[in-house]
Amino acid sequence: MKAPVIRPPLDRRPWTFYVLTALFVSYVLALYGPMLCIYLLSFQDLRGGLVFPMKGLSVHWFVDLFTQVRTGDVKGSFDRSIKLAVLVTLITVVVSFLAGMAFRRRFRGDTAVFYLMIGSLVAPGLVLGIGIGLLFQFFHLEPSWFTSALGAQLSLTLPFGVLVMFAVISRFDRRWEEAARDLGASPWQITRMVVIPILLPGLVAVALFGFTLSYDEFARTLQTSGSLNTLPVEIWTMTLNVTSPSLYALGTVTTIVSFIIIGVCLGSIAQMQKRRAMRKATH
Amino acid sequence: MRLPKSLTSWFYVSPLLLVLIPFFVMPIIVVIAASFMQGDGFGGIVPTFTWENYQGVFSEKLTWNLYLSTVKFTILTWFFTLIIGFWIAYYLVFHIRSELLAMGLFLLCTVPFWTSNIIRMISWIPLLGQNGLVNMALVGSGVVKEPLKVLLFSDFSVVVAYVHQLTIFMIVPVFNSLARVDKRIVEAALDAGASRWDIMRRIILPLSRSGIALGSIFVISIVMGDFFVVKVMSGGNSASVVAALFENISVLQYPPAAAHAVVLMIVVVLMIGAILRTVDIRKEIAQ
Repeated sequence: MKAPVIRPPLDRRPWTFYVLTALFVSYVLALYGPMLCIYLLSFQDLRGGLVFPMKGLSVHWFVDLFTQVRTGDVKGSFDRSIKLAVLVTLITVVVSFLAGMAFRRRFRGDTAVFYLMIGSLVAPGLVLGIGIGLLFQFFHLEPSWFTSALGAQLSLTLPFGVLVMFAVISRFDRRWEEAARDLGASPWQITRMVVIPILLPGLVAVALFGFTLSYDEFARTLQTSGSLNTLPVEIWTMTLNVTSPSLYALGTVTTIVSFIIIGVCLGSIAQMQKRRAMRKATH
Repeated sequence: MRLPKSLTSWFYVSPLLLVLIPFFVMPIIVVIAASFMQGDGFGGIVPTFTWENYQGVFSEKLTWNLYLSTVKFTILTWFFTLIIGFWIAYYLVFHIRSELLAMGLFLLCTVPFWTSNIIRMISWIPLLGQNGLVNMALVGSGVVKEPLKVLLFSDFSVVVAYVHQLTIFMIVPVFNSLARVDKRIVEAALDAGASRWDIMRRIILPLSRSGIALGSIFVISIVMGDFFVVKVMSGGNSASVVAALFENISVLQYPPAAAHAVVLMIVVVLMIGAILRTVDIRKEIAQ
C-alpha cells in the first residue's frame, strides 16, 4: 500500500494570489472612487466648480437643485420616477414569479418564449423606444410615463426578473412541494404556504432588480415618457446643459435613494437567511 | 377538472407575453415596416413602399465609419471586461477560502450595478478632466509636464466608462459557472501531476466557457446599442451607430433612422448568433 501523499500546508499562497488581490483592490477602487469624488464635490459652496480642489463646504447646490428653474423639473421627475419604479417592481415580481413557475418544466414552445425574452433583454433600448413611440402614434395613443414608458421598462425588467427567478428556482427542492401535497394541501395552499415563503428571498432580489433598473432606466424611456420626464431623462438633459455642481448634487441624491433600496433589500434577504439558519439549528 | 400540463404552463407565462408582444415584438415589427416607408419630413410616415432608406444607409461613406467606430469600441470593451471580469471571478471563487467573505466581496462588486449608469459615467469627469485628479497627480509627480488632454472627451474615456459600467456583466456569469466547478476535479488534476497552467487551460477555461459566452452577449449587445456614453464621454468627437440614429430622430427623420436600426439589429443578431453556436445558454441558465 502507498503511503498517503503529504500535502504542502494550505496557507502558503501562490504568487498569483497577491497579483489578483492587487487587481481586485484596484478594481474596487476604480468602481467606487469616481462616485465618491462627485459626492464630495456636490457639497461645495457657491464658488464650487466641476473639478477638485473642493471650494468650501455647504449644501448650496442641493438647495439650488430643488429651487432653481434652470435645472429643470427635478422634483416632479423624481416623484414620477419613484412612482413608476414602484409600479414596475410590483408587476415584475408577480409576472416573473409566474413565468419562473412555468419554466420549471418543459412545455411546447418554451424555447420560443425563452428567446423572445433574451431578445427583449438585449434589444437596443433607443430602437425599442422609437418602435414603441411609432406604435403609439399609429394607434393615436398619447405616450406617457405610466403607459408607454411603463411597458418599455417592463420589456427590460421582466427578462431580468425571470433570469433571477431561474437561479432562485434551480435551488428549490421539489420534495417540499410533494410533501405538502401528500399532506392534502390544495395547489393554492402549496403556493401560498410552501412555495412563496421558501422563494421569498429570491422574490426580494427580483424586486431589487425591478426597482433599480426602472429607477435608473434611460435609453428605453427617452422616447416613450411623453411630455413629462423621469429622473434619468432629466439627468441626461442636465449633462448636456448644466455645468455646475448641482449636477453632482443630483447624482448624490439619486444614489442615496438607490443605496437605501439596496440596503433594505439585501438587509431583509440576510435577515431571512439568518432566521432560517437559526431555526435549522434549534430543530 | 385538471388542465393539460402544457396549458397550465402557458397560462403562467401569458402575463409575460402580454407585455413582451406589445412592447417588444410589435415595436420591432413597426420599426422594420417604417424602414421601408417614406417620411413626410414632419415626423409622420407615408405608407408607400421604398428602398430609399436602405440605399441611403449603404451608399453613405459615413455608415462604414460609424460601424467601424462602434465595432472598435465593442472589441476594446469586450477585451478589457473579459480580462478583468474573468480574473476577478476566478479570484473570488478559487482564492477566497471563506464562502461568506467571497459572497461579501461579490456583493461589493455588484452594488454599483444597482445605481445610475449616467451618474457613474459623469463621475469620471472630475477625475479625467484637464484639471482633474489624474492630471494633477501626473503633473505633480513629474511624469508629464503638461496636463494630458486625451484623458477626457476622447476614445480613451469612452472605453473607460464602458469598462467601468460593464465589467459586472462578465463577473456575474463567469462567477456563476466557476462556482459550479467541483473543486475535487482540480484536486484530482493536481494529484495526477498537472501543473497550474494545465489546470487553467484544460479545466477552468473550458468550464467557464458558458459564463464567458453569456457575459459577452451582454457586453456586446449593450455597447452596440449604446449612444449616451459615446455622446457624453467622447465630447462629440466620436459617434456610434445609435448616436447617429438618435440625431436622425431628433430632426424627425424616422424612416432613415428605422433603416439604420434594422441594419444594426441584423449585425447584433449575427454576432450573438455566432456566440450562441458555441454554447447552449438555455441549458446553462434554466437548469
